[in-house]
Amino acid sequence: MKYKVSFFVNEEPVELYVPANMTLLYVLRDMLNLTGAKDGCSAGECGACTVIMDGKPVNGCLVLAPELDGKHITTVEGLSKNGKLSPLQEAFIAHAALQCGFCTPGFLMTATALLDEDPHPTREQIMKGISGNLCRCTGYKSIIEAIEDVASHYEGGKRI
Amino acid sequence: MKYVGESLQRVDSYKKVTGSATFVSDVKLARMLYAQVKRSPYPHAKILNIDISEAVKLPGVKCVITGEDYKKRGGLYLEDRNFLAVGTAKYCGEAVAAVAAETLDIAEAAVELIKVDYEELPAVTNAIDGMKPDAPLIHPDLGSYKVIPIFFPQPGTNISHHYKLRKGDVDSAFSTADFVTEHSFFIPHIQHVPIEPHAAIALYESDGRMTVWASCQSPYAVRQALSASFDIPLNKIRVISQAVGGGFGSKAGTTLEGIVIPLAKRCQGRPVKLVYTREDEFENAYVRQGLHATIKTGIRKDGKIVALKNRFIWDGGAYTEYGVNIVKAAGYASPGPYDVDNIWTDSYCVYTNHPVGGPYRGFGMCEIHFAIEQNIDIVAKETSISEVEIRRINGLRKGGITGQGEKMIVSGYHDCLETVLKEIEYDKPCVNTSPVKLRGKGIAACWKAPSMPTDVASSAIIRMNEDGTFFLMVSAMDIGQGSDTVLTQIAAEVLDVPPENITIRTGDTDHTPYEWQTVASRTTYCAGNAVKLAAEDLKSKVIELAQIKMCAYKRELEFQNGFVVNKMHPENRVPIQTFALGLTLPDGSGVGGPAIGVGTFVVPNNMNADKYTGMGEHPVAFWTIGFNGAEVEVDTETGLIKVLKMVSCFDPGKVINPLTYQGQVEGAMVQAMGTVLWEELKLKDGHILNKNFVDYKIATAYDIPELIVKVAENAELTGPYGARGIGEPVMVPGAPAIANAVANAIGCRFTRMPITPDDVLNALKGKNKK
Repeated sequence: MKYKVSFFVNEEPVELYVPANMTLLYVLRDMLNLTGAKDGCSAGECGACTVIMDGKPVNGCLVLAPELDGKHITTVEGLSKNGKLSPLQEAFIAHAALQCGFCTPGFLMTATALLDEDPHPTREQIMKGISGNLCRCTGYKSIIEAIEDVASHYEGGKRI
Repeated sequence: MKYVGESLQRVDSYKKVTGSATFVSDVKLARMLYAQVKRSPYPHAKILNIDISEAVKLPGVKCVITGEDYKKRGGLYLEDRNFLAVGTAKYCGEAVAAVAAETLDIAEAAVELIKVDYEELPAVTNAIDGMKPDAPLIHPDLGSYKVIPIFFPQPGTNISHHYKLRKGDVDSAFSTADFVTEHSFFIPHIQHVPIEPHAAIALYESDGRMTVWASCQSPYAVRQALSASFDIPLNKIRVISQAVGGGFGSKAGTTLEGIVIPLAKRCQGRPVKLVYTREDEFENAYVRQGLHATIKTGIRKDGKIVALKNRFIWDGGAYTEYGVNIVKAAGYASPGPYDVDNIWTDSYCVYTNHPVGGPYRGFGMCEIHFAIEQNIDIVAKETSISEVEIRRINGLRKGGITGQGEKMIVSGYHDCLETVLKEIEYDKPCVNTSPVKLRGKGIAACWKAPSMPTDVASSAIIRMNEDGTFFLMVSAMDIGQGSDTVLTQIAAEVLDVPPENITIRTGDTDHTPYEWQTVASRTTYCAGNAVKLAAEDLKSKVIELAQIKMCAYKRELEFQNGFVVNKMHPENRVPIQTFALGLTLPDGSGVGGPAIGVGTFVVPNNMNADKYTGMGEHPVAFWTIGFNGAEVEVDTETGLIKVLKMVSCFDPGKVINPLTYQGQVEGAMVQAMGTVLWEELKLKDGHILNKNFVDYKIATAYDIPELIVKVAENAELTGPYGARGIGEPVMVPGAPAIANAVANAIGCRFTRMPITPDDVLNALKGKNKK
């Protein structure tokens, strides 16, 4: 049994017939060839598949495809606009807040949603906010500092 | 220097922040098939029969294979391993059959249809028991296995290697010691937990060519292993390794590649893909070996350690083709970074019916230093000499002698010790913020050498393009540690061109030149040297031609900012790209041809140690030495340990890139913290109980302490710009530094990791009873 769903990915409309047991992660990766969201555990534990759904960060591996109807999804591929990186992407580069890069898209999406909700979180709020994303390489400090950097230098998407 | 020593942005960062970095699991090829594996539910069982008849009938199934189809054993140092079990399954989860099908769902359904009859055999689930004469034999044919003759399997037992270090006269030295004390430690299995699970794709084409996309640290080693196992000539097998989502050693050897290749061979023209689940990753990638360590120390009243006797018993798991070398490395590093005249070490690799042990960041050093560095603190307490003084007295100095009898040409031990003491304010007592939350500080040292065969080789090729930009080609893999960036910086430094003018290409055995392996913290040193030599070779060839063009001698010319410049007359300069395709003479004839530089490197004068004593003149490439300090707070009501601060000071010789250096060190400290506080592969009768992130906790952003990174640079004479390797060593002292801090906080010593809240509460109960 397949379900028809109409939704938006990175502001572009998508219409698909999806199997009931397929997850958002595999709709993105297999059906739409958007492989930025990664599969690290398929169980909602590592956060590598984090994307933004209607403004909230979600684990792509825990959202079933039939739920997507009418939703707005943003993936890492949608963060940069016309080749211009988002402030968080820039900050991740400047702080070397990535090593192997497998968890990076998930962190960027969680952090983007975090700053969309509260542009100026405290360090403690950042640490808590990204604690659902696992990274084995960096030790997190550079990631926290990259997010702090954006939080303290941006207002409404503009550098202050 | 212009580029070396600078915090250059990582050259791989743009593709990683945009999601365009391609990992193997992202690769989708036309007509791809999907593989799944049937695994043994028993830790040790005889395979009586495998019935694949129902599985092959399932529509969409393309082929099913079992171990009987590919019986040839393989292995890096000891050929003890089959990719699919042959005859007996030796650990829980071992592959016994595999399926390739049109979809993953069909492959999974087919696996369910494979029926295997087993006869359960008694299992070895403890390395100490496994050494006993009456233990069930896991590899009864050990005597017939091919082995590199620096390893000593003991046929008729479960011991796959017995390493011996024999220095001085230990027995007489113990008799002269004022104190003799012995302590034992246990370090359980843990898993590497790269966030990217292993993945591989194999494609066999009608012309006999096999292409393998592998998430691997060492494409050439994988190519060699697969070629030998499946009798494919090296010119017919191509291994491509793209982005690698973390390795920490787990992607150093060959694992699931050995399953997709035989499937692909039977499905000609159809790529076969296998991606591990997280559960597979815990069970079927490598795990860190378990260790039972006993250290006997003889020490004089003045604090000088005169004798050490070490017994290391390693739980190597079902196959130890790679693990035997960890046992060897631990053996020769067994005294730690201390100058001790009399040492007797036995390091045993023991087969058990546990998951396969393999290389893990530190290669045995994290495990033995958890013992060595706690032992130093314990001995200090027992002899009433401060743990700092014992380290100052015994720590290896320049000119000191290593456990293997080699003279240290350079040593940053004391610089690192003093820096860490200062940064952690070791002389200042901790201030407790609550009567039930007790704070303590601890320090720990470490050393590590690359544990690699003495003659392993690296190479690099650099080509100049017509516009003066470059392609740098190596097969050292950037697994997150930053090698693409550091190697680019080295080439940029030699050529004096901006790093953005150099594009690095890695990981394709058909196109990028030979590299032994990306392991052992050897890449900056070995591949770095090869890159430096390649760039120098290109520069030299260009300057040869420039002599003609610029009417000057070679010695008068140099590369500056993209120009060949006459040093005496800097106004006399020619853009380097003039020579990209050789030099055109006034009569229209060409000389020289395209500018290509080649660099090859092996460690100079690196010789095997004596087989029986472990002693040698120059048995390892270099030693990396450093310290960690830690401050912890122990909640005596809940048993929870909070690490407040960690300090690292290492001697990297020369930091090529401070930004990536800092990233390596911070990541290592946090990984080490996770191992000592939480991580353990819970094994019960050979079954893993915690194959997921809920039950196997690694550190999150919310857990991290304040992290301080310092360096003490003492150049490595043969290193590129003085650099030596650091990626693994920087993880080693974290666990013992935290354990020492906990002991100093609450007065209880934990000789087993992880130190759980239950352990803390039980220890406090025991202490209060006394």
